[in-house]
Amino acid sequence: MIFVDVDGDRRGHRPGGVSRDRVHRLRGLNHAAAAVVPLHASLQAANAVTTTPDDALPREGNFGRFGGRWVAETLMPAVVELERAWDEARADPSFVAAIDTTLRQWAGRPSALSPALRLAAKLGTRARLWLKREDCNHTGSHKINNCVGQVLLAQRMGKTRIIAETGAGQHGVATATVCAYVGLPCVVYMGAVDVERQQLNVLRMRMLGAEVVPVTAGSATLKDAINEALRDWVAHPVDTHYVIGSVMGPHPYPTMVRELQRVIGREAKAQLHAAVGKLPDAVVACVGGGSNAMGIFADFVADPEVALFGVEAAGAGLDGLHAATMARGSEGVYHGMRSRVLQDDDGQLQEAHSISAGLDYPGVGPEHAWLHETGRARYLSVDDDGALAAVTTLARTEGILPALESAHAIAALPEVLALLGYDRDRGEGRDVLINVSGRGDKDMHTIAARMQEPTP
Amino acid sequence: MSDDRVAAAFARARSEERAALVAYLTAYDGGPEHSLACVRAAIDAGADVIELGIPFSDPSADGPAICAAMVRARAHGATVDRVLELLATLRRSHDAAVVLFGYANPMLHKGGEAFAAAAAQAGADGVLVVDAPPESAGPLREPARAHGLHWIPLVAPTTTAERRTLITAGGSGFVYAITLAGVTGAALQEQGSAADATLRAQLEATRAVTSLPVAAGFGVRRRTQVVRLAALADGVVVGTALVEAAQRGPRAVTELVHELREGCLR
Repeated sequence: MIFVDVDGDRRGHRPGGVSRDRVHRLRGLNHAAAAVVPLHASLQAANAVTTTPDDALPREGNFGRFGGRWVAETLMPAVVELERAWDEARADPSFVAAIDTTLRQWAGRPSALSPALRLAAKLGTRARLWLKREDCNHTGSHKINNCVGQVLLAQRMGKTRIIAETGAGQHGVATATVCAYVGLPCVVYMGAVDVERQQLNVLRMRMLGAEVVPVTAGSATLKDAINEALRDWVAHPVDTHYVIGSVMGPHPYPTMVRELQRVIGREAKAQLHAAVGKLPDAVVACVGGGSNAMGIFADFVADPEVALFGVEAAGAGLDGLHAATMARGSEGVYHGMRSRVLQDDDGQLQEAHSISAGLDYPGVGPEHAWLHETGRARYLSVDDDGALAAVTTLARTEGILPALESAHAIAALPEVLALLGYDRDRGEGRDVLINVSGRGDKDMHTIAARMQEPTP
Repeated sequence: MSDDRVAAAFARARSEERAALVAYLTAYDGGPEHSLACVRAAIDAGADVIELGIPFSDPSADGPAICAAMVRARAHGATVDRVLELLATLRRSHDAAVVLFGYANPMLHKGGEAFAAAAAQAGADGVLVVDAPPESAGPLREPARAHGLHWIPLVAPTTTAERRTLITAGGSGFVYAITLAGVTGAALQEQGSAADATLRAQLEATRAVTSLPVAAGFGVRRRTQVVRLAALADGVVVGTALVEAAQRGPRAVTELVHELREGCLR
């Protein structure tokens, strides 16, 4: 029997190494996991009584004291209209089927669930690691799930124009792509700094026919792009739908986006069940606004035996510039919601920093603030260097180049495994599910520039 | 309330057969001395009510001119407490009605109760919060009321009849009727256009559900526009044009307020 070293050398058996047979056996299980719960079931189930936090609370879209609606009066009728339209649409089997069909026939769902045997070996754990492969979706990230749902909803509502904001460009590309697919005009607001560091995605959006508007105000990143999109929406509240790209903003966005992203966890749950016949013991996902994390968490929130871990960006370090809303933020009202934000002593928002444009946001979705406060989910943070290293680790152990966002989740695994006690000697039979929210092609420029920096 | 400066301002304007002029200025724009000089100039030139803007890092409902004013003000060290100090200083020389205008987070961060107490202590007459619709506003509105401050409600062109009643029922002082769907500083619709008819209908509908004075604003820059709105509303709000004038100095503010005030005559 040949044993494979974590770095690929054939040096015989090492503790933590893994047999090729075992690799094949476990990876083979993935093919048997094709039976997946239909997507529409996930949306319709959302109408049934569930134990997600918001259902226990008043109807205003609150998660404890988080969430709500803090927007200019001009927009209130638009968010009320959106809430009504969403409630009707998700109860309509034909609408739910349209999303289901579009995701399957066009966006590439269901996404794969890949066992990460060599990564587990490299990390020295006997736990089984499973990667939910949102990077395999059309346009390269989980963002497409939400965009398909929201753009189809906007069309159903008779809206004639779509606006969006984007940080990393993934949400902008996904929105522009769905708009091209259904034939709606699309304007994407993007911070000038992000336009610079995500040129490839800017080009993709323009190829798809979207208008990309660079925003130079403030820090010229995601938060300023959101302000500009809100200004556009205030000026066009009747004909325009604003596709918010994360589980943030005024109600109904946080719950609507979670339900549209719930497909991630729903599929993963069924796939893992088919593979090993049980729930995961832990779920790990990166958190900026938090949509991929809420998407994969949603179906496990009511399973208390499943530990949930969100991973936010520590940027240059928690005492420097970062985007660690849980570790260093406090309660505030921002971008239409009450949640946790990075702010100064005067309640002014602070600039966030992460090497990953998608995590570079001083707020977080209100449901995460609630999961944090109630202790249902635990939030860790990973700095820029950790995320960069994790890109290489995943690339060389599993042949997957993750987005810098997703790399934060990978980089947190040693800490997660330590917290769970899944070291070399324990963890056998334990399953850890990690969301690979997007692929890394868009970040190659950023990574190359960083790697060419002289070491101090 | 005999000591209600806001009610007195609208009553005085009504008795003089004109609309009240509501003047917005961003506090601390150009620094505390410059800002205070501009506010004093606006009052001395005849502004009836001052909307004193509290700078915020992310003014998502404001247009470029007021956003830039907030950036300048913060560069001069503006904080909520310093804006209240500026108001307290103004109170030593001026007795005009002053309403604090801003976004929820800096006020909530100080604490709804602490903010209301400090604002009343500094001499504010009311509070107007752009991103606090009636369903959410409680944590700021209730303490404000308890401290004798007006809670100024906003109605928008998109506001439904049902919401108009809800909004105006929770407010006092005056109703701020936003005249267009857009950010501050956008262009007001041309007279006689379909949008103009919508504006008239909006103002009439608002007046039908409240006995509070109604002040119309957003996009008002020139005397001719003031004349139009003065015929329809109890007050006219001017912001962006005044913020631009303040950059040129108190004298420019005086000149603009004189011009606008003439337009308020019916």
